[in-house]
Amino acid sequence: MKKVELTIKQQPELYLETENITPDAFAGKSADEIAALNVYEGNVTHKLGDFFSIAGTPGATAADTQIVVNGNLERVKWIGSRMTAGEVVVESSMDMYAGAFMAGGKLLIKGNAGHFTGLGMTGGELRITGNAGNYLGAAYRGDWRGMQGGVLRVNGNAGSDVGSFMRGGEIIIGGDADVHVGTHQEGGKIVVKGNAKSKVGGQMVKGEIIVFGTIDVMMPGFAHRDNVDLEVDGTKATFKRYEGDLGERHPKSKGAVVYGQLYIKQ
Amino acid sequence: MAEYIVKNGFVVDPTLGVNCEKMDIAIKDGKIVETTELKSPKTIDASGMIVMAGAVDVHSHSAGPKVNVGRNFRPEDKLNYYKAKSGVKRMEAGFSVPTALSSGYIFARMGYGFVMEAAMPPLYARHTHEEMRDTPIVDEAALPVFGNNWFVMEYLKNHEIENVASYIAWLLRVTKGYGVKCVNPGGTEAWGWGMNCVTPDDPVPYFDVTPKEIIKGLIEANEYLRLPHSMHLHSNSLGEPGNYQITIDSLKCAEGFKANSDFGRDQVLHHTHLQFHSYGGESYGSKEFESKSKEVMDYVNGTDNITFDIGQVTLDETTTMTADGPFEYHLSHMNNLKWVNKDVELETAAGVVPFIYNPNSFIGVAQWAIGQELALLTKDMTKCHITTDAPNAGPVHRYPRVIKWLMSLKARNQILDDCKYGDSVRSQCYIGEIDRELSFYEIAQMTRVGTSKCLGLSHMFGSLKPGMEGDVSVYAYNPETDDDPEKIEHAFGNAKYFIKSGELIINDGEIISNGHKRTFWVKPGMELTAQVNRDVTERFKKYYTVTQNNYEVKEHHYVPNPYVIEVNAA
Repeated sequence: MKKVELTIKQQPELYLETENITPDAFAGKSADEIAALNVYEGNVTHKLGDFFSIAGTPGATAADTQIVVNGNLERVKWIGSRMTAGEVVVESSMDMYAGAFMAGGKLLIKGNAGHFTGLGMTGGELRITGNAGNYLGAAYRGDWRGMQGGVLRVNGNAGSDVGSFMRGGEIIIGGDADVHVGTHQEGGKIVVKGNAKSKVGGQMVKGEIIVFGTIDVMMPGFAHRDNVDLEVDGTKATFKRYEGDLGERHPKSKGAVVYGQLYIKQ
Repeated sequence: MAEYIVKNGFVVDPTLGVNCEKMDIAIKDGKIVETTELKSPKTIDASGMIVMAGAVDVHSHSAGPKVNVGRNFRPEDKLNYYKAKSGVKRMEAGFSVPTALSSGYIFARMGYGFVMEAAMPPLYARHTHEEMRDTPIVDEAALPVFGNNWFVMEYLKNHEIENVASYIAWLLRVTKGYGVKCVNPGGTEAWGWGMNCVTPDDPVPYFDVTPKEIIKGLIEANEYLRLPHSMHLHSNSLGEPGNYQITIDSLKCAEGFKANSDFGRDQVLHHTHLQFHSYGGESYGSKEFESKSKEVMDYVNGTDNITFDIGQVTLDETTTMTADGPFEYHLSHMNNLKWVNKDVELETAAGVVPFIYNPNSFIGVAQWAIGQELALLTKDMTKCHITTDAPNAGPVHRYPRVIKWLMSLKARNQILDDCKYGDSVRSQCYIGEIDRELSFYEIAQMTRVGTSKCLGLSHMFGSLKPGMEGDVSVYAYNPETDDDPEKIEHAFGNAKYFIKSGELIINDGEIISNGHKRTFWVKPGMELTAQVNRDVTERFKKYYTVTQNNYEVKEHHYVPNPYVIEVNAA
């Protein structure tokens, strides 16, 4: 795998939108061609080379390309969005929309990630070593297609609205989650290793939410069914199993009604 | 004003009986003229290209409150579809519900010079006119809805056609409307009571009139007023399997009526998006659902006072929006997506729901097939108009794709072959038996001659004969050498040149002017009857949330560039 190293050399006055920092956009290009890709600051279009120094060469394909981004990227958005293959390593915290709509490959953020990280992603692996903002793996505003595939792992805490309208894939949060987990969820799995606050699984149709810690306020639309032994992300334990959201519509499969599954560790 | 000569193109103009003949077209002072009248024209070289009059759209939803609700509640519709500002052209955005500016550019690129906004709730006429005002280039008009209006239903209950006509005349003047639209007659009012009118004989709750009485009454009032356009109908039970008999029964309401108008139309009833109304079977399943396009067309082909548009499904993700409130409720419970429901006081209602017509589903492709069949089974092509009921059956920018399908059996077979239910569609619909391919001449009959005649505008649009409006579309397709359906779609979606009212709007594929769009409205000659005057005043005081003064669409602000068609009473 060939490596391209970007280092931010000038901080933007506003925020910088860099949807072109992906293995797909870089593959097969020379350093000059990469420097000529567009980045956006407000309504002004700049070149990638205006803000980043570029070293190394990409592979011929996205799958054969690794991008490492250095420097303080707290005012940079959209790195790794829509990527389909290859690897991106962000050596910093960054702003919103990292890995939005990503379909494959690996994206690693060494630090905190802003809101809407992994928005509507359909595949690949997204890892955040720090905390994540709100709407992790959720759907774009107005859309009903949240995260649909892939794995999204956060070592720290996540903000509110994790996995809103989630349809598939897996979100694993090492720490705590803020309010609204899996709202309108219709597939996929959300694991919260720490505690959750309230409104967990509101209007959930299908899918799974697993909480290792406590839920401050349970939704009234979930009913306790039984207790089950599960192995979740390498940990074996007994969980209380709830079904819901009973106030929402639910499909039938082989004659039986399918509910959202909420597990809380005993 | 500049003079233009469009030289050497293959001219298609059914009004002149010209079919792909090499001719020059002259434009001067906004009108088509004889070539001898030009002094120093700018030359547009149309060699190897198709030249037609500007197209006329008979039914699409591109301006007004429900279109705007669609824009507001679907930010995701703009997510992947936008173009930055360039040259005179401002930013464009939106796939199925484009911005007002985008709409104007889309119509211009397709060579459309006149567009009919198909449903204007009278109470929100001001909003509709503001959006039409902001839609560049194309001339537009809007049809206010009357099919569930309290005044209309009360007068019809008492068989007072003169009062219905007087009320329509008043409303057209006040809202700057163009004609009479009727959506799910009675059913939308019934929806206010949690009910619907499923057949044309179901009485409307409280008002106790039937959809048939509403349809016939509105036709009679329309002819009494001698309006340019006929009554424009979306009949009951849209989209329901087995609805074709309801459709035929509704069409039969036109029997015995004859057009009474100085504007050249023959029809007394235009049925819109007929595709949604030509279904057999009892469910949407691949063994149950079937096409009844042949049965519907057997009736339509035998009449001489009915026109229709197809409402072609384009197999896209789109946004449905209609004054058929109960239907949108029904739809939202089929696909479980977001739903907007709106009641418009004494007048109408509306609903909006996103919808995906899946090209790999039986029902999506069967609906697609029925739209094609209706056009391909039509005998007189001027009676059949190309629409997608935009954005209900598909986005407006798909018109060129609809033209491609109608002109190419190969392109149609591609859709059926790519769908895993293609064989089921062939057996449940008539599409497999039809090998007709329409010609450019027939496409011009459907998009120019027929639509302009149907709207009572054949004295201005739809032909290139001297005296007509200077609307000319030039498409880069050579009928002698080109033979690729994809090229048809590209050509009709990207006019090489477009002249609107004598002004060059598109030069070599690029929009270079925002034009001088006009809003057309119809001013009927009939005065208010004493009773309608009294009823309107009283109803505004008693029921409306606005005063009568705040209801009227004032021309100077909302319609800055009007084209008023005055109609003399009988």
